[in-house]
Amino acid sequence: MEVLLGIQGKDFVLVASDALAITSIVAMKRNHNKTRKLNDNVLLMFSGEGGDSVQFCEFIQRNVQLNGIRRGYPLSTKAAANFTRVELAESLRSRHPYQVNLLIAGCDPDTGVPELYWMDYLASLKKLPFAVQGYGQYFCNSTMDRYYRPDMNLEEAKALMKKCINELKVRFIINFSDFVFQVVDKDGIKEIKLE
Amino acid sequence: MITFFLVLLQSGNEYNGGAVVAMVGKDCVAIASDKRFGLELLTLATDFEKIFKMNDKCYIGLAGLATDVQTLSEELKLKCDLYKLREEREITPKKFAHLVSSTLYDHRWGPYFCEPCIAGLDENNKPFICSTDLIGCINFAKDFVVCGTTARELYGICESFWEPDLGPEELFEVISQSLLNAFDRDSKSGWGAVVHIITPEKIITRHLKTRQD
Repeated sequence: MEVLLGIQGKDFVLVASDALAITSIVAMKRNHNKTRKLNDNVLLMFSGEGGDSVQFCEFIQRNVQLNGIRRGYPLSTKAAANFTRVELAESLRSRHPYQVNLLIAGCDPDTGVPELYWMDYLASLKKLPFAVQGYGQYFCNSTMDRYYRPDMNLEEAKALMKKCINELKVRFIINFSDFVFQVVDKDGIKEIKLE
Repeated sequence: MITFFLVLLQSGNEYNGGAVVAMVGKDCVAIASDKRFGLELLTLATDFEKIFKMNDKCYIGLAGLATDVQTLSEELKLKCDLYKLREEREITPKKFAHLVSSTLYDHRWGPYFCEPCIAGLDENNKPFICSTDLIGCINFAKDFVVCGTTARELYGICESFWEPDLGPEELFEVISQSLLNAFDRDSKSGWGAVVHIITPEKIITRHLKTRQD
Protein backbone atom coordinates (compact mmCIF):
# COMPACT_ATOMS: atom_id res chain seq x y z
CA MET A 1 0.00 0.00 0.00
CA GLU A 2 2.98 2.27 -0.45
CA VAL A 3 3.50 4.67 -3.32
CA LEU A 4 6.70 5.97 -4.88
CA LEU A 5 6.67 8.41 -7.80
CA GLY A 6 9.38 9.82 -10.01
CA ILE A 7 9.40 12.29 -12.90
CA GLN A 8 12.49 12.91 -14.96
CA GLY A 9 12.64 16.46 -16.25
CA LYS A 10 15.04 18.43 -18.42
CA ASP A 11 17.94 18.49 -15.96
CA PHE A 12 16.53 17.02 -12.76
CA VAL A 13 14.43 14.18 -11.36
CA LEU A 14 11.50 15.05 -9.09
CA VAL A 15 10.56 12.22 -6.76
CA ALA A 16 7.87 11.70 -4.13
CA SER A 17 7.40 8.97 -1.56
CA ASP A 18 4.53 8.60 0.87
CA ALA A 19 5.51 9.14 4.50
CA LEU A 20 3.31 6.47 6.02
CA ALA A 21 4.80 3.53 7.92
CA ILE A 22 2.21 0.74 7.98
CA THR A 23 2.19 -2.48 9.98
CA SER A 24 -0.85 -4.62 9.26
CA ILE A 25 -3.82 -2.25 9.69
CA VAL A 26 -1.98 0.23 11.90
CA ALA A 27 -0.39 3.48 10.76
CA MET A 28 2.73 3.50 12.94
CA LYS A 29 4.26 6.75 11.77
CA ARG A 30 3.40 9.64 9.46
CA ASN A 31 6.84 11.10 8.78
CA HIS A 32 8.67 8.01 7.59
CA ASN A 33 11.53 8.50 5.12
CA LYS A 34 11.58 5.80 2.46
CA THR A 35 14.70 7.00 0.72
CA ARG A 36 18.47 6.57 1.08
CA LYS A 37 21.19 8.70 -0.45
CA LEU A 38 23.59 6.45 -2.38
CA ASN A 39 25.94 9.35 -3.03
CA ASP A 40 25.70 13.10 -3.60
CA ASN A 41 23.72 12.70 -6.82
CA VAL A 42 21.95 9.33 -6.62
CA LEU A 43 18.86 8.63 -4.54
CA LEU A 44 17.40 5.20 -3.81
CA MET A 45 13.69 4.97 -2.93
CA PHE A 46 12.17 1.79 -1.60
CA SER A 47 8.89 0.16 -0.75
CA GLY A 48 8.11 -3.36 0.38
CA GLU A 49 8.57 -5.62 3.38
CA GLY A 50 9.61 -3.34 6.27
CA GLY A 51 12.78 -5.05 7.49
CA ASP A 52 13.88 -6.27 4.07
CA SER A 53 13.71 -2.90 2.38
CA VAL A 54 15.71 -0.95 4.98
CA GLN A 55 18.26 -3.75 5.37
CA PHE A 56 18.75 -4.14 1.62
CA CYS A 57 18.88 -0.44 0.84
CA GLU A 58 21.41 0.31 3.59
CA PHE A 59 23.53 -2.59 2.32
CA ILE A 60 23.43 -1.07 -1.17
CA GLN A 61 24.05 2.43 0.20
CA ARG A 62 27.19 1.41 2.07
CA ASN A 63 28.59 -0.62 -0.81
CA VAL A 64 28.04 2.22 -3.26
CA GLN A 65 29.76 4.59 -0.82
CA LEU A 66 32.63 2.13 -0.31
CA ASN A 67 33.02 1.87 -4.08
CA GLY A 68 33.20 5.67 -4.29
CA ILE A 69 35.90 5.83 -1.62
CA ARG A 70 37.93 3.02 -3.22
CA ARG A 71 37.89 4.49 -6.70
CA GLY A 72 38.01 8.14 -5.76
CA TYR A 73 34.97 9.12 -7.84
CA PRO A 74 31.29 8.43 -7.26
CA LEU A 75 29.32 5.67 -9.00
CA SER A 76 27.12 6.89 -11.86
CA THR A 77 23.35 6.42 -11.69
CA LYS A 78 23.46 3.65 -14.28
CA ALA A 79 26.27 1.84 -12.47
CA ALA A 80 24.50 2.13 -9.12
CA ALA A 81 21.27 0.82 -10.65
CA ASN A 82 22.99 -2.15 -12.27
CA PHE A 83 24.92 -2.94 -9.08
CA THR A 84 21.63 -2.92 -7.16
CA ARG A 85 20.04 -5.15 -9.80
CA VAL A 86 22.77 -7.76 -9.60
CA GLU A 87 22.57 -7.88 -5.80
CA LEU A 88 18.76 -8.22 -5.87
CA ALA A 89 18.85 -10.82 -8.67
CA GLU A 90 21.32 -12.93 -6.67
CA SER A 91 19.10 -12.64 -3.60
CA LEU A 92 16.04 -13.68 -5.66
CA ARG A 93 17.49 -17.18 -6.10
CA SER A 94 18.44 -17.53 -2.44
CA ARG A 95 16.40 -19.09 0.33
CA HIS A 96 15.15 -15.72 1.62
CA PRO A 97 14.90 -13.16 -1.18
CA TYR A 98 14.60 -9.47 -0.29
CA GLN A 99 11.07 -8.30 -1.08
CA VAL A 100 11.74 -4.74 -2.06
CA ASN A 101 10.60 -2.52 -4.93
CA LEU A 102 12.83 0.38 -5.88
CA LEU A 103 13.14 3.60 -7.79
CA ILE A 104 16.62 4.97 -8.43
CA ALA A 105 16.88 8.65 -9.33
CA GLY A 106 20.13 10.31 -10.21
CA CYS A 107 21.75 13.14 -12.08
CA ASP A 108 25.25 13.26 -13.53
CA PRO A 109 27.12 16.01 -11.60
CA ASP A 110 29.21 16.97 -14.66
CA THR A 111 26.83 16.73 -17.61
CA GLY A 112 23.59 17.31 -15.68
CA VAL A 113 21.87 14.39 -17.45
CA PRO A 114 19.04 13.05 -15.26
CA GLU A 115 18.16 9.34 -15.07
CA LEU A 116 15.35 7.43 -13.44
CA TYR A 117 15.29 3.66 -13.00
CA TRP A 118 12.42 1.41 -11.96
CA MET A 119 13.04 -2.00 -10.38
CA ASP A 120 10.66 -4.54 -8.85
CA TYR A 121 11.32 -7.29 -6.27
CA LEU A 122 12.15 -9.70 -9.12
CA ALA A 123 15.05 -7.39 -10.07
CA SER A 124 13.69 -6.37 -13.48
CA LEU A 125 15.42 -3.07 -14.15
CA LYS A 126 14.01 -0.51 -16.56
CA LYS A 127 15.01 3.06 -17.31
CA LEU A 128 11.88 5.17 -17.59
CA PRO A 129 11.05 8.86 -18.13
CA PHE A 130 8.47 8.65 -15.33
CA ALA A 131 7.83 5.82 -12.93
CA VAL A 132 5.47 4.78 -10.18
CA GLN A 133 5.94 1.97 -7.71
CA GLY A 134 3.16 0.21 -5.83
CA TYR A 135 -0.61 0.49 -6.24
CA GLY A 136 -0.11 4.06 -7.42
CA GLN A 137 0.82 2.57 -10.80
CA TYR A 138 -2.82 1.90 -11.55
CA PHE A 139 -3.78 5.53 -10.85
CA CYS A 140 -0.83 7.68 -11.88
CA ASN A 141 0.61 6.06 -15.02
CA SER A 142 -2.27 7.32 -17.14
CA THR A 143 -2.04 10.85 -15.70
CA MET A 144 1.70 10.91 -16.44
CA ASP A 145 1.17 9.48 -19.94
CA ARG A 146 -1.21 12.34 -20.68
CA TYR A 147 0.75 15.29 -19.28
CA TYR A 148 4.42 14.26 -19.33
CA ARG A 149 6.91 15.97 -21.64
CA PRO A 150 10.65 15.15 -21.67
CA ASP A 151 11.66 18.84 -21.60
CA MET A 152 9.69 19.79 -18.48
CA ASN A 153 11.11 22.37 -16.08
CA LEU A 154 10.80 22.03 -12.31
CA GLU A 155 7.59 24.06 -12.02
CA GLU A 156 5.85 21.98 -14.70
CA ALA A 157 7.04 18.74 -13.09
CA LYS A 158 5.72 19.95 -9.72
CA ALA A 159 2.34 20.67 -11.31
CA LEU A 160 2.25 17.15 -12.80
CA MET A 161 3.27 15.63 -9.49
CA LYS A 162 0.41 17.51 -7.82
CA LYS A 163 -2.03 16.10 -10.38
CA CYS A 164 -0.84 12.57 -9.57
CA ILE A 165 -1.04 13.06 -5.80
CA ASN A 166 -4.50 14.53 -6.25
CA GLU A 167 -5.57 11.48 -8.28
CA LEU A 168 -4.45 9.26 -5.39
CA LYS A 169 -6.35 11.43 -2.89
CA VAL A 170 -9.54 11.15 -4.96
CA ARG A 171 -9.46 7.48 -6.00
CA PHE A 172 -7.12 5.47 -3.75
CA ILE A 173 -8.62 3.92 -0.61
CA ILE A 174 -5.70 4.98 1.56
CA ASN A 175 -5.45 8.68 2.32
CA PHE A 176 -1.78 9.56 2.46
CA SER A 177 -1.59 12.61 4.67
CA ASP A 178 1.98 13.39 3.77
CA PHE A 179 4.51 12.89 1.01
CA VAL A 180 8.23 13.56 1.00
CA PHE A 181 9.27 15.44 -2.15
CA GLN A 182 12.86 15.53 -3.30
CA VAL A 183 14.68 16.95 -6.30
CA VAL A 184 17.82 15.32 -7.64
CA ASP A 185 19.88 17.57 -9.92
CA LYS A 186 23.54 18.23 -10.67
CA ASP A 187 23.94 20.19 -7.42
CA GLY A 188 22.76 17.29 -5.30
CA ILE A 189 19.64 16.06 -3.55
CA LYS A 190 17.34 18.43 -1.71
CA GLU A 191 13.97 18.12 -0.06
CA ILE A 192 11.31 20.53 -1.29
CA LYS A 193 7.75 21.44 -0.38
CA LEU A 194 4.84 21.28 -2.79
CA GLU A 195 2.29 23.93 -1.85
CA MET B 1 8.03 -15.64 -0.75
CA ILE B 2 7.77 -19.39 -1.30
CA THR B 3 4.24 -18.86 -2.57
CA PHE B 4 5.54 -16.19 -4.96
CA PHE B 5 8.05 -18.69 -6.31
CA LEU B 6 5.37 -21.32 -6.81
CA VAL B 7 3.32 -18.79 -8.74
CA LEU B 8 6.39 -18.13 -10.88
CA LEU B 9 6.85 -21.85 -11.55
CA GLN B 10 3.41 -21.89 -13.10
CA SER B 11 3.40 -18.57 -14.89
CA GLY B 12 6.92 -17.14 -14.81
CA ASN B 13 7.01 -17.09 -18.58
CA GLU B 14 3.77 -15.13 -18.75
CA TYR B 15 4.41 -12.46 -16.11
CA ASN B 16 6.10 -9.83 -18.30
CA GLY B 17 4.99 -11.05 -21.74
CA GLY B 18 6.90 -11.01 -25.00
CA ALA B 19 7.31 -12.59 -28.40
CA VAL B 20 10.43 -13.74 -30.23
CA VAL B 21 10.68 -15.42 -33.62
CA ALA B 22 13.61 -16.51 -35.82
CA MET B 23 13.55 -17.68 -39.45
CA VAL B 24 15.92 -19.20 -41.99
CA GLY B 25 16.31 -17.66 -45.45
CA LYS B 26 18.66 -18.21 -48.37
CA ASP B 27 22.17 -17.51 -46.96
CA CYS B 28 20.62 -15.36 -44.25
CA VAL B 29 18.66 -15.60 -41.02
CA ALA B 30 16.23 -13.23 -39.35
CA ILE B 31 15.33 -12.76 -35.69
CA ALA B 32 12.62 -10.44 -34.41
CA SER B 33 10.96 -9.52 -31.13
CA ASP B 34 8.32 -7.19 -29.73
CA LYS B 35 9.29 -4.30 -27.43
CA ARG B 36 6.71 -4.40 -24.66
CA PHE B 37 7.68 -4.54 -20.99
CA GLY B 38 4.77 -5.05 -18.63
CA LEU B 39 3.57 -6.56 -15.37
CA GLU B 40 0.87 -8.97 -16.42
CA LEU B 41 -1.61 -6.70 -18.22
CA LEU B 42 -0.11 -3.35 -17.10
CA THR B 43 2.28 -1.97 -19.74
CA LEU B 44 5.22 -0.07 -18.25
CA ALA B 45 7.59 0.49 -21.15
CA THR B 46 7.60 0.07 -24.91
CA ASP B 47 11.34 0.03 -25.58
CA PHE B 48 12.35 -3.26 -24.00
CA GLU B 49 14.29 -5.20 -26.62
CA LYS B 50 14.65 -8.91 -26.06
CA ILE B 51 17.26 -9.67 -28.71
CA PHE B 52 20.94 -9.57 -27.78
CA LYS B 53 23.98 -9.61 -30.01
CA MET B 54 26.59 -12.20 -29.03
CA ASN B 55 28.83 -11.51 -32.04
CA ASP B 56 28.45 -10.32 -35.65
CA LYS B 57 26.96 -13.64 -36.77
CA CYS B 58 25.10 -14.83 -33.69
CA TYR B 59 22.06 -13.32 -31.97
CA ILE B 60 19.85 -14.60 -29.17
CA GLY B 61 16.28 -13.63 -28.37
CA LEU B 62 15.04 -14.23 -24.84
CA ALA B 63 11.33 -14.26 -24.04
CA GLY B 64 10.08 -14.75 -20.53
CA LEU B 65 10.53 -13.25 -17.06
CA ALA B 66 12.25 -9.87 -17.55
CA THR B 67 14.66 -10.27 -14.62
CA ASP B 68 15.90 -13.58 -16.06
CA VAL B 69 16.10 -12.10 -19.56
CA GLN B 70 18.46 -9.48 -18.14
CA THR B 71 20.47 -11.88 -15.94
CA LEU B 72 20.80 -14.54 -18.64
CA SER B 73 21.73 -12.13 -21.44
CA GLU B 74 24.52 -10.70 -19.30
CA GLU B 75 25.74 -14.16 -18.29
CA LEU B 76 25.75 -15.40 -21.90
CA LYS B 77 27.53 -12.31 -23.19
CA LEU B 78 30.20 -12.83 -20.53
CA LYS B 79 30.63 -16.49 -21.53
CA CYS B 80 30.86 -15.58 -25.25
CA ASP B 81 33.48 -12.91 -24.58
CA LEU B 82 35.51 -15.31 -22.42
CA TYR B 83 35.26 -17.94 -25.19
CA LYS B 84 36.60 -15.40 -27.69
CA LEU B 85 39.54 -14.51 -25.43
CA ARG B 86 40.39 -18.15 -24.74
CA GLU B 87 39.93 -19.57 -28.26
CA GLU B 88 40.84 -16.45 -30.28
CA ARG B 89 37.83 -16.94 -32.56
CA GLU B 90 34.13 -16.15 -32.45
CA ILE B 91 31.72 -18.74 -31.10
CA THR B 92 29.58 -20.40 -33.81
CA PRO B 93 25.79 -20.42 -33.34
CA LYS B 94 25.68 -24.19 -32.90
CA LYS B 95 28.31 -24.17 -30.16
CA PHE B 96 26.53 -21.20 -28.63
CA ALA B 97 23.28 -23.18 -28.60
CA HIS B 98 24.96 -25.89 -26.55
CA LEU B 99 26.45 -23.24 -24.25
CA VAL B 100 22.94 -21.82 -23.69
CA SER B 101 21.58 -25.30 -23.12
CA SER B 102 24.15 -26.20 -20.45
CA THR B 103 23.82 -22.76 -18.82
CA LEU B 104 20.07 -23.29 -18.49
CA TYR B 105 20.44 -26.87 -17.29
CA ASP B 106 22.86 -25.66 -14.57
CA HIS B 107 19.70 -24.27 -12.98
CA ARG B 108 17.61 -27.42 -13.42
CA TRP B 109 15.85 -27.16 -10.05
CA GLY B 110 15.43 -23.40 -9.91
CA PRO B 111 15.26 -22.48 -13.57
CA TYR B 112 15.56 -19.16 -15.36
CA PHE B 113 12.06 -18.52 -16.70
CA CYS B 114 13.30 -17.81 -20.21
CA GLU B 115 12.84 -19.45 -23.57
CA PRO B 116 15.69 -18.59 -25.92
CA CYS B 117 15.67 -18.45 -29.73
CA ILE B 118 19.11 -18.47 -31.33
CA ALA B 119 19.84 -17.34 -34.88
CA GLY B 120 23.12 -17.01 -36.69
CA LEU B 121 25.43 -17.96 -39.53
CA ASP B 122 28.14 -20.59 -38.96
CA GLU B 123 31.78 -20.48 -40.11
CA ASN B 124 30.70 -21.37 -43.69
CA ASN B 125 27.88 -18.80 -43.54
CA LYS B 126 25.29 -21.57 -43.40
CA PRO B 127 22.12 -20.39 -41.61
CA PHE B 128 21.43 -21.85 -38.18
CA ILE B 129 18.44 -21.39 -35.89
CA CYS B 130 17.23 -23.20 -32.82
CA SER B 131 15.23 -22.69 -29.67
CA THR B 132 15.36 -24.31 -26.25
CA ASP B 133 12.93 -24.72 -23.41
CA LEU B 134 13.56 -23.14 -20.01
CA ILE B 135 15.84 -25.98 -18.83
CA GLY B 136 17.86 -26.18 -22.02
CA CYS B 137 16.32 -28.88 -24.22
CA ILE B 138 17.38 -27.82 -27.74
CA ASN B 139 14.96 -27.81 -30.66
CA PHE B 140 16.86 -27.62 -33.97
CA ALA B 141 14.74 -26.37 -36.85
CA LYS B 142 15.19 -25.94 -40.60
CA ASP B 143 12.45 -23.33 -41.05
CA PHE B 144 11.50 -21.15 -38.07
CA VAL B 145 11.43 -21.13 -34.27
CA VAL B 146 9.15 -19.14 -31.96
CA CYS B 147 8.88 -18.46 -28.24
CA GLY B 148 7.15 -16.25 -25.69
CA THR B 149 3.51 -15.66 -24.77
CA THR B 150 2.70 -15.31 -28.50
CA ALA B 151 4.19 -18.71 -29.43
CA ARG B 152 0.89 -20.33 -30.41
CA GLU B 153 -0.21 -17.47 -32.64
CA LEU B 154 3.25 -17.36 -34.21
CA TYR B 155 3.30 -21.07 -35.01
CA GLY B 156 0.12 -20.78 -37.05
CA ILE B 157 1.04 -17.71 -38.99
CA CYS B 158 4.70 -18.67 -39.62
CA GLU B 159 3.50 -22.05 -40.87
CA SER B 160 1.54 -20.34 -43.63
CA PHE B 161 3.86 -17.41 -44.45
CA TRP B 162 7.28 -19.07 -44.41
CA GLU B 163 8.74 -20.73 -47.50
CA PRO B 164 12.26 -21.98 -48.33
CA ASP B 165 15.03 -19.86 -49.93
CA LEU B 166 13.75 -16.36 -49.14
CA GLY B 167 16.25 -13.56 -49.79
CA PRO B 168 17.03 -10.98 -47.06
CA GLU B 169 14.35 -8.46 -48.09
CA GLU B 170 11.67 -11.13 -48.65
CA LEU B 171 12.59 -12.72 -45.34
CA PHE B 172 12.27 -9.32 -43.64
CA GLU B 173 8.75 -8.96 -45.03
CA VAL B 174 7.73 -12.49 -44.00
CA ILE B 175 9.11 -12.30 -40.45
CA SER B 176 7.70 -8.79 -39.88
CA GLN B 177 4.20 -9.64 -41.10
CA SER B 178 4.21 -12.90 -39.12
CA LEU B 179 5.24 -11.19 -35.88
CA LEU B 180 2.99 -8.15 -36.28
CA ASN B 181 -0.13 -10.16 -37.06
CA ALA B 182 0.60 -12.73 -34.37
CA PHE B 183 1.07 -10.32 -31.48
CA ASP B 184 -2.00 -8.29 -32.40
CA ARG B 185 -3.86 -11.31 -30.99
CA ASP B 186 -1.86 -11.30 -27.74
CA SER B 187 -2.46 -8.62 -25.14
CA LYS B 188 0.85 -9.30 -23.36
CA SER B 189 3.09 -8.47 -26.29
CA GLY B 190 3.33 -5.93 -29.08
CA TRP B 191 3.90 -2.15 -28.81
CA GLY B 192 6.56 -1.98 -31.50
CA ALA B 193 8.96 -4.54 -32.87
CA VAL B 194 12.60 -4.89 -33.87
CA VAL B 195 13.91 -7.11 -36.69
CA HIS B 196 17.51 -8.12 -37.33
CA ILE B 197 18.49 -9.74 -40.64
CA ILE B 198 21.89 -11.41 -40.48
CA THR B 199 23.66 -11.83 -43.84
CA PRO B 200 27.31 -12.75 -44.45
CA GLU B 201 28.12 -9.12 -45.38
CA LYS B 202 26.06 -7.09 -42.96
CA ILE B 203 23.37 -6.94 -40.30
CA ILE B 204 20.19 -5.07 -41.14
CA THR B 205 18.32 -3.79 -38.08
CA ARG B 206 14.88 -2.23 -38.46
CA HIS B 207 12.44 -0.94 -35.87
CA LEU B 208 8.78 -1.38 -36.73
CA LYS B 209 5.93 0.86 -35.64
CA THR B 210 2.83 -1.09 -34.74
CA ARG B 211 -0.56 -0.76 -33.09
CA GLN B 212 -0.21 0.78 -29.65
CA ASP B 213 -2.80 -1.22 -27.73
